[in-house]
Amino acid sequence: MLILIGRRLAAAIPSVIGVVVVTFVLTRALPGDPAAYFAGPNADAKAIAEIRTALGLDRSLAEQFLRYVGDLLRGDLGQSLSTGRPVLVELASRLPASLELTLLGLVISLSIALPLGILAATRPNSWVDHLCRVIVTLGVSMPTFFTGLVLVYVFYFLLGWSPAPLGRLDAFFSSPPDVTGLYLVDSLLARDGETFLAAAAQLILPAATLAIFTLAPLARMTRASMLAVLSADFIRTARASGLSAATVVFVYAFRNAMLPVVTTLGMVFSFLLGANVLVEKVFAWPGIGSYAIEALIAADYAPIQGFVLTMALLYVVLNLTIDLLYGIIDPRLEGAA
Amino acid sequence: MTETLRHVRHVLTENPVTLLAAGLFVFFVLAAVLGPALAPYDPFASDAARALQPPSLRHWFGTDALGRDIFSRVLVATRLDMTIAISSVILAFAFGTLAGLAAGFMGGATDQAIGRLVDTIMAFPLFVLAMGIVAALGNTVTNIVLATAIINFPLYVRVARAETAQRKSAGFIEAARLSGDGEAAILFGQLLPNILPIMMVQASLTMGYAILNAAGLSFIGLGVRPPTPEWGIMVAEGAGLMISGEWWVALFPGLVLMLAVFCFNLLGDALRDIVDPRRRS
Repeated sequence: MLILIGRRLAAAIPSVIGVVVVTFVLTRALPGDPAAYFAGPNADAKAIAEIRTALGLDRSLAEQFLRYVGDLLRGDLGQSLSTGRPVLVELASRLPASLELTLLGLVISLSIALPLGILAATRPNSWVDHLCRVIVTLGVSMPTFFTGLVLVYVFYFLLGWSPAPLGRLDAFFSSPPDVTGLYLVDSLLARDGETFLAAAAQLILPAATLAIFTLAPLARMTRASMLAVLSADFIRTARASGLSAATVVFVYAFRNAMLPVVTTLGMVFSFLLGANVLVEKVFAWPGIGSYAIEALIAADYAPIQGFVLTMALLYVVLNLTIDLLYGIIDPRLEGAA
Repeated sequence: MTETLRHVRHVLTENPVTLLAAGLFVFFVLAAVLGPALAPYDPFASDAARALQPPSLRHWFGTDALGRDIFSRVLVATRLDMTIAISSVILAFAFGTLAGLAAGFMGGATDQAIGRLVDTIMAFPLFVLAMGIVAALGNTVTNIVLATAIINFPLYVRVARAETAQRKSAGFIEAARLSGDGEAAILFGQLLPNILPIMMVQASLTMGYAILNAAGLSFIGLGVRPPTPEWGIMVAEGAGLMISGEWWVALFPGLVLMLAVFCFNLLGDALRDIVDPRRRS
């Protein structure tokens, strides 16, 4: 197992290098003069020249790249022009909000998609199968930001069931003591049931929006993969040996069928992290996505660069987790390693 | 040819959903071409006295906060949204197919270099990379097209590379080589036409994704600027009004956007059935 983890970690290194090179190229591709960009609209020629020296833009590209990598290793992502605070500090303080939203969205999505896909596969052409097909086709066509707005209209304006879609916690509550930064976990740790419920109420609509978007690829893959496995010879043998239907489906078929689904998770994470930005805008969610949008509108470059880098590294880590998960589900890989 | 036509007719009539998608497609093409001529109102004309009216016989989709007719704006926006999506798909299609052909046919260093490029793009969450590209290159519609093309590029390369590698040593390629065809002639005269149908399917499957991506970028304020009518930006303009109950401002552009994506996804599935009947789902 340790060897496998080591190999996977080594395999992730080229991705990280690629990500760092691309984010570097993206800063140097700024339209016009990056120094003028970073100096702000009111800077004069002297200030721009000073910034150019300070940023090292007067040196060779290779030297600039080394400096950039050095800055990254020291955790220096630059300063935001509009807030004046270091980008790393802001990203770190906002990351838990995004993570909580993304993870809950994924959990909801998985807990609906897997049973739905399995039911659809074990009962082809039943109503569950048709429902699955409709959801799969509609789900991939729904723009995330639109789904979110429709949910807000129905559950906030029409029914009044959910609180105003403005942030992580209603103004009447104060945030729970900071341990993990995830409000649901922190409020539970502080044994504060009221805050937990309030945080959950704010979280449920945006997380559901993300879940609806990622439901489709997961349910489709679960169904297709279960169908393929259920028609395999070893399933027929298991049935013929008199194993119960539940054992055959959940023990024999499910584990084998999960492999393609876990592979799909990589693509799902890519969707999820992108959709996260849109959902954060709709629900005024104070995560790193809305931080990046504010920066985009203010043409504040350092935060955007930091955001892209953070998201990409997060994605690399998630993919690494998927690889490891794959190794746990499929022990044959360990033998190969 | 009549054989193909009969097959197309069979695919269209066999599944009513496909027929619906084909009908929607014709509808969107007509709206893109004739939209500005058909719009009952000037999409830019604001009228404070008629602001935020719910849908009525005069204004089918209601009016927005500036009193502009939403139906006219949604109709006129079709051309811009389709242009962005189609041009980015064409770019990704052209460069992706060529790169995939080269990688699959030549192998070796070319294959590795192209593979590395594709892996690097895929190492990012795609929408986030698109945001970064637009932010870096400048906030314009052209760059939205470029960014959407770049994030779609890997999908084309992978399919083209796999299909090319699979056919590289097929009998008809050997035959062409024996009859004296040069490498370029084999690549563009034999392999390219052979993988083209599969690439077309890929194009129509990614078209919906391209529309979603472009609309998402303009929803967060990139690319298209107000007062230009565009679906994503119109949903953004209506987003704040959803809380106060003026649902029509965001709903109609959002619904039309969804229909367009839905239409291309269904068409992609139908096209796959025509090109590759074995993979029918």
